[in-house]
Amino acid sequence: MTTTEASPVHDVDFKLELYRSQVALRRFETRAYDLFLENYVKGTSHLSIGQEAIAAGVAAAMRPDDWTFATYRGHAHTLARGVAMTPVFAELMGRANGLMAGKGGSMHLTSVEHGVMGSYAIIGAHLPIACGAAWSAQYRGTDQVAVVFFGDGTVNIGAFHEALNFAAIWKLPVVFICENNLYMEYTRTSEVTAVARPAADRAAAYGLEPILVDGNDADAVYEVARTAVERARAGMGPSLIEAETYRHGGHSRADPGKYRPDEEVALWKSAERDPVSRYRTRLVELGVDESTLARIEADVDAEVEAATEAAKAGAAPGEDLLMKDVWANGGAEWRN
Amino acid sequence: MAELTYREAIARGIAQEMRRDESVLFLGEDVGAAGGVFKGTVGLFEEFGPVRVRDTPISEQAILGAAMGAAMTGLRPIAEIMFADFFAVCWDIVANEIAKSRYMTNGQMSFPLVIRSGNGGGLRFGAQHSQSVENWAMMIPGLKVVVPSNPRDVVGLMAAAVRDDDPVIFLESKALYPTKGEVPEGEIVDALGTATVLRHGADATIATLGLMVPRALAAAEELAAGGIDCTVVDVRSLIPLDTQTILRETSATGRLFTVEENPRVLGWGAEVASIVAEEAFFDLDGPVVRITTPHIPLPAADTLEDMALPSVERIVTTIHKAMNS
Ligand SMILES: Cc1ncc(C[n+]2csc(CCOP(=O)(O)OP(=O)(O)O)c2C)c(N)n1
Ligand SMILES: [Mg+2]
Repeated sequence: MTTTEASPVHDVDFKLELYRSQVALRRFETRAYDLFLENYVKGTSHLSIGQEAIAAGVAAAMRPDDWTFATYRGHAHTLARGVAMTPVFAELMGRANGLMAGKGGSMHLTSVEHGVMGSYAIIGAHLPIACGAAWSAQYRGTDQVAVVFFGDGTVNIGAFHEALNFAAIWKLPVVFICENNLYMEYTRTSEVTAVARPAADRAAAYGLEPILVDGNDADAVYEVARTAVERARAGMGPSLIEAETYRHGGHSRADPGKYRPDEEVALWKSAERDPVSRYRTRLVELGVDESTLARIEADVDAEVEAATEAAKAGAAPGEDLLMKDVWANGGAEWRN
Repeated sequence: MAELTYREAIARGIAQEMRRDESVLFLGEDVGAAGGVFKGTVGLFEEFGPVRVRDTPISEQAILGAAMGAAMTGLRPIAEIMFADFFAVCWDIVANEIAKSRYMTNGQMSFPLVIRSGNGGGLRFGAQHSQSVENWAMMIPGLKVVVPSNPRDVVGLMAAAVRDDDPVIFLESKALYPTKGEVPEGEIVDALGTATVLRHGADATIATLGLMVPRALAAAEELAAGGIDCTVVDVRSLIPLDTQTILRETSATGRLFTVEENPRVLGWGAEVASIVAEEAFFDLDGPVVRITTPHIPLPAADTLEDMALPSVERIVTTIHKAMNS
């Protein structure tokens, strides 16, 4: 498909915004990790450090009324849609000022007003759900698009295949984005997958084009996402994108990720591969002042600092929340 | 007043709601031109067309995921799961996603959807096409569960389910599809969480549901002839549960019998019995007795299936024995 308008990715202001977004995701996640180690964040947390270009690049290609469906590794995808840091930190910490007042936790970040239609912790479940939202947009003629993020391990669960077929036959406005970070929890996906490209090699089975993108290049991600979102909006049906990336850290909590070869980790963390360093270098090469970049970084640091404190200042959720909102009437009564 | 079959009432109830509200859509396997494998939705495709009545692939997770995604964005889908046994392949969407997402998101999302399904035994289909799963659904916080026993209630409860802003599991007793009943003309809308008292008696109360309702009524007639006069409560809705009617009718007679198609362990009657034990203990003249399917997979052969499901005869003898001991 040909795009008629010039892509905004050639514009420096646009790129600076994309840089700011990636820096924000990186520094948010870095702080979230510290807060986990300090026991402010309890339970679990799954970070996107190393994968920021995907959440940032895709969000930049979306309209505010489009929808995203994320996974338990969804802090970045939530923030990238414009959700403020404070309620996300507070949700991770189980505070009443959290995004869902502490009732969801790190794995279920949701902000309907930002089109963040939930983060899902059962592998693959949200792919068919995203299809349902896309079906709703199609039926109501709103030309909204549903974008759904998932990992490389997710291509082996049934829901993935049901959703891809369903989206294809109904020509649904949905964009499937596989973040191929090479690993499931502690196992390399290639060891348990019949094809080399977990998502791209499956595209043909659903009559779709294989789309592979460097998931550590925010500009490249933005471009493929823009094309896919435009296609969906134009009624041309779903796309399946495989974005190659890597998580710098472990799967969750304080997992050191020792099941991965040191050289592999070092390669992906290197300035040439790391999405944030790479993007910074690109901006410098384009002639952006060091001071401009430093200011963006300082602003983000200040935002992270303020949000951390505001989140910590939140109260623990009270008993009033416990029995609230099981039902649409706001309550939890199941009998008279 | 028209006489309709239970299966015709399904289509009538859905059509009533689809005519009223454009946001009501219907999807499932073979539900379009084919009219459903049980012919429960004949005529909907012709009246509402292929955009609102949609055939799906054999993808139960996709069917329910579609319903969930549509509901969270403002539609009121009705999804069909052909046999209730098939809930097992899409239970994640029901139990983890649809049921929990309103609570987990602190009320940001609503799921005004209905999942209807052919439930229970009596058709000699064997263990994978015959079980009654209302207790599966009932034990998940966040789901409403209704089981109509007659054509009028099918229409009224369907309307209530579609109009409700919460997810409703609507279980149709397959063996009741050919049964007939009077259905008044015009719009019928019931309230969820309302049990109905179908028969009044002074001696014992029977609480029952779905396919077991006509059996309980027949048993009550036989028992009356033998001098035991029973009240029969059609529970209709497990969540919300009309405990007030059950408690009142139990206290009035002093005895409670549940007649359940569920296999014994944690069938819905276990919850009812526990509520009655806690809240009406001093009104009881004897133990609460549960009449259930034994804790076995349902066998296929007609003779065996008839032994397994509570029969009129078993209801009569059980109540008779309990009342005379
Ligand atoms: C149905 C199901 N099975 C297993 C799990 C446990 N689990 C959580 S994350 C994960 C790995 C998923 O890998 P991938 O799809 O590559 O996503 P990533 O974590 O790498 O982003 C597993 C197995 C789960 N949450 N749900
Ligand atoms: Mg992975």
